[in-house]
Amino acid sequence: MWRAGLIFFASIIAANGPAQAYMAYVSNEKGNTVSIIDTDKLEVVNTIKVGQRPRGIELTKDDKYCLVAVGDDDTIQMIDTKTGEVTANLPSGPDPELFILSPDGSLLYVANENDNTVTIINMKKRTPLGEVQVGVEPEGMGISPDGKILVNTSETTNMAHFIDTATRKIVANVLVDSRPRFAAFKSDGSELWVSSEVGGTVSVIDPVKHQVTKKITFSIPGLRSESIQPVGINITKDNKTGFVALGPANRVAVIDGKTHEVKKYLLVGQRVWHMAFTPDEKYLLTTNGISNDVSIIDVAKLKVIKSIQVGELPWGVTITKH
Amino acid sequence: MSTAAANTQRIAPALDAQEGFSAGQYLICLKGIVWRESLRFLHQRERFISALVRPLVWLFIFAAGFRQVLGVSIIPPYQTYILYGEYITPGLMAMIQLFNGMQSSLSMVYDREMGNMRTLLVSPLPRWYLLCSKLVAGTAVSLLQVYAFLFIAWFWDIEPPPLGYLLVLPALILSGLMLGALGMLISSVIKQLENFAGVMNFVIFPMFFTSSALYPLWRVREGSPLLYYICQYNPFTHAVELIRFALYAQIDWISLAVVCGCTALFMIAAILAYDPSRGLLARRGETGGVA
Repeated sequence: MWRAGLIFFASIIAANGPAQAYMAYVSNEKGNTVSIIDTDKLEVVNTIKVGQRPRGIELTKDDKYCLVAVGDDDTIQMIDTKTGEVTANLPSGPDPELFILSPDGSLLYVANENDNTVTIINMKKRTPLGEVQVGVEPEGMGISPDGKILVNTSETTNMAHFIDTATRKIVANVLVDSRPRFAAFKSDGSELWVSSEVGGTVSVIDPVKHQVTKKITFSIPGLRSESIQPVGINITKDNKTGFVALGPANRVAVIDGKTHEVKKYLLVGQRVWHMAFTPDEKYLLTTNGISNDVSIIDVAKLKVIKSIQVGELPWGVTITKH
Repeated sequence: MSTAAANTQRIAPALDAQEGFSAGQYLICLKGIVWRESLRFLHQRERFISALVRPLVWLFIFAAGFRQVLGVSIIPPYQTYILYGEYITPGLMAMIQLFNGMQSSLSMVYDREMGNMRTLLVSPLPRWYLLCSKLVAGTAVSLLQVYAFLFIAWFWDIEPPPLGYLLVLPALILSGLMLGALGMLISSVIKQLENFAGVMNFVIFPMFFTSSALYPLWRVREGSPLLYYICQYNPFTHAVELIRFALYAQIDWISLAVVCGCTALFMIAAILAYDPSRGLLARRGETGGVA
């Protein structure tokens, strides 16, 4: 009997035992800080002062640096993840908002909101390589898994611009709904999802034919459709489930990757903006701008398990890979 | 032999017996009362259904309308934002127990009117023991109702942690005892069955609405500080909070203390009230109706 009990408790401990601890870096747009969350303890372990208006945030592929776009300082700062100090600035254009690393980590593509360009930066030399003219107010950045196609969405032109990374030229423009915010490829490159904040939809685009194949719409009982504003998109590696942050609807929509039907809405904090998976895809972290917290979603159970207070107006989040 | 002496002789063996009961005999009595109460409950299907429908109406209809009311602040024991349905579930569990406690009191009035109570109280076991057994029986019935409600609520996405279902049991037993004891105390002063409507109006509704069952107390405080204090002194608030914390595997010590204290207080008062020589019954000159 006691043996059975022991095995029972051992299995509980094993099931709830600590996963590998990853660190999540959260940019706080108003607080001008970056909060670091231990995804094992689920608490803030450090806060770093950065430049003004930090938004886009991403870790280098080796996790050595955390890059954060500080829009009001017109640069991208590099935080040494070991010391937690800002060690260098990258030469972006004015008011950088979002950026993305090429799959091999050698190039950084930056959307500069104010001058309608995408800047390309060589990460080794930390020098600019060139610029691509895109639509008005560029924001969302997505890159195909093979690194050949870069997609930029422009908020005012309402387009997804397909850029050939080899020639650095726009090869196609796809019109989507009003104010496109974010672009994400499936891991096999078969689909591109683009969220439209004002349009309230997510457009599923065939990246080969450059055509919208499906529009995902949302409806939450008791909420006006204007308050449903899709922003961040994250798709699991197996492409079976997509998550869309719905801004002031305070919900994250769970979408079937195949049928594109909304399966569930998860209640998180206020004005949910961007999200990031832990590398094992156990958790999905969401930044909730108005309630100043980060909600943790258990991906397997599709349940919000905790919300953690961070700095003022959390915007973006990125998680270490190792 | 004088009459007085004859009486003394008759009473003496009874007193001896009272002191010499074995644990087994006590258990037989408890079993009998719990069994009778369970049988009565199972035979009254309408009672079971109505006990379930009441909280479910609140959960399915009322909570649906107020879905967006909450979700703006995280309050313990919750770790994240919750929908209104999830918030009121512990309150509805306590509501089931509140109604059940009062209904048990109703059944005692009924028993008294029908003369069944005479059979019960004529038992040689001490009266406090009989009342406690009755209380345990009523609480057991309320547990059945609460778990049936939780089972249905699970399909409505009310999914507390699995451990919570187990940990809430002691909290439910305590709150069930407290509300049952309160019902018993009230039943001692109710003369007729018809007065139950009065219990609804003057006990159940005020207790339910001036508690944290439907809205968090910080919200109440924003609206009316006076009401906030009333809610805080309402033992039902503490029963709700005790259940709420236990359901999420936590303990609210203050609520635990209040519920334990109130259970003891109500129970002692009920025992005194049912004591024909000292209680309210004696004062009302109604001893014959009970014993």
